[in-house]
Amino acid sequence: MLRIPCPFCGERDHHEFGYGGDASIERPALDDRSMDKWYRYVFVRENPKGRHRELWQHVSGCRAWLVVERDTRTHEIFDVQLAADTMEEGARG
Amino acid sequence: MKPYSAWKLIGHALRGHKHWPEAWRAAEPKKTYDVVIIGGGGHGLSTAYYLAKNHGIRNVAVLERGWLGGGNIGRNTTIVRSNYMIDGNVPFYEHSMKLWEALSHDLNFNVMLSQRGHMILGHSADQMQAHIRRANTMRAHGIDAEILSREDLMREVPYLDYSDNARFPIHGAIIQRRAGTARHDAVAWGYARAADRLGVDIVENCEVLDFVREGDRITGVETSRGRIEAGAIGLAVAGHTTELARKTGLDLPIESHVLQAFVTEGIKPLIDHVIAFGAEHFYISQSDKGSLVFGGNLDGYNSYAQRGNLPIVGSVSEIALAIAPCFSRLRLLRHWGGVMDMSMDGSPIISRTPIDGLYLNGGWCYGGFKATPASGWCFAHTIANDAPHELNACFSLDRFREGVQIDEAGSGPIPGHH
Repeated sequence: MLRIPCPFCGERDHHEFGYGGDASIERPALDDRSMDKWYRYVFVRENPKGRHRELWQHVSGCRAWLVVERDTRTHEIFDVQLAADTMEEGARG
Repeated sequence: MKPYSAWKLIGHALRGHKHWPEAWRAAEPKKTYDVVIIGGGGHGLSTAYYLAKNHGIRNVAVLERGWLGGGNIGRNTTIVRSNYMIDGNVPFYEHSMKLWEALSHDLNFNVMLSQRGHMILGHSADQMQAHIRRANTMRAHGIDAEILSREDLMREVPYLDYSDNARFPIHGAIIQRRAGTARHDAVAWGYARAADRLGVDIVENCEVLDFVREGDRITGVETSRGRIEAGAIGLAVAGHTTELARKTGLDLPIESHVLQAFVTEGIKPLIDHVIAFGAEHFYISQSDKGSLVFGGNLDGYNSYAQRGNLPIVGSVSEIALAIAPCFSRLRLLRHWGGVMDMSMDGSPIISRTPIDGLYLNGGWCYGGFKATPASGWCFAHTIANDAPHELNACFSLDRFREGVQIDEAGSGPIPGHH
């Protein structure tokens, strides 16, 4: 069982959380006409075997979006931050 | 190596089964091959077999990091079917189904295909309409499909919950009678043995560490057992496709997720078919040993761990009881996980790549087992001709850029949702 330390609610079981996927994707500017950038934004993922920055939402708790750094082999959690604090504006839609 | 036969079986039985020859050679890797296939699972082995059989390319090696068949070919729930509805999927999976029907004879190895029928339950009038549409589409393409009414089901599958208490009332089902199960390990062994008999080298404990380049072309692999040069290289390592592709500079529309499967203790014959739940993701059948074999959704987050977590164990067990309360006293014996290549549209990639000499077979999501024969058949064609067969032309890597995804579930570019 994954247990995610929520900054507001403390360490909670992961079934209280919804998964939001890779947190490192950057959305191109809306007026960016590069097909390659939009292709990479919609489809291409780094998919690392190891440390992965990813979004989780504490759906059954404070409802905050979190950026969690987790090892995809062992599920060890290294870091949890509030998405609002760490993600650049426009990073995700 | 001589073919298996009833006479051979009797002869070996009389000698206590102590003198069976090995089913394939433990090959030492040569310096050079016409084709190297990376990945000794079902798809890699079937690709090597069809390269040798259909295209006469026998100077082929299959490189396997661990032991043969230790990945997803040995971890799935053994279901084979061709009840698809979207262009591209329909002819491909039906071709696979037809190959399944002849596979034991073709390979001279009993893959224990059991065409026991695969049904998907319908839990509302609307869902039955969707099932009827699917059945009509299948029949229009010459694939067998039937609609069962609630009364038909109560006769044929009497142990489901037809009571007023059922959370999702059962209105009927769609069934494909030719679908069913096959012995997954036997598929790996059968393809390995048949490929070996045609001259293919199967090299286990041989990890690919890097690729050898000449200009823009990939001309070989560095492995834990030395450098091997090849005219063409095929990747068939679903679950770890992005890890290997990264070494070639290819970025792929794939994420790795874990899918669990479960078996109970063995019981007397109860489930005659493969039954899929219509209101959630769940499928169950009974093995020849008597265990109930079932599975459900992905765990739902990126994972390379070949083991799953408790929430899915709970939800899958709840679904099992929702459709058949009589399962409630069965004990769960084992559960395990496999790492899936989840593609961005839920469909596979069997394709040339932008890199000369490199071909890609991956993105199988959790539907790879049933596709094993057609996947190898098409991938072998693609490698032999440096061009796809018409059956896999739609499964190109380009389709994501071109905007022609094949999204059977209609769930969009979120890999965990297919």
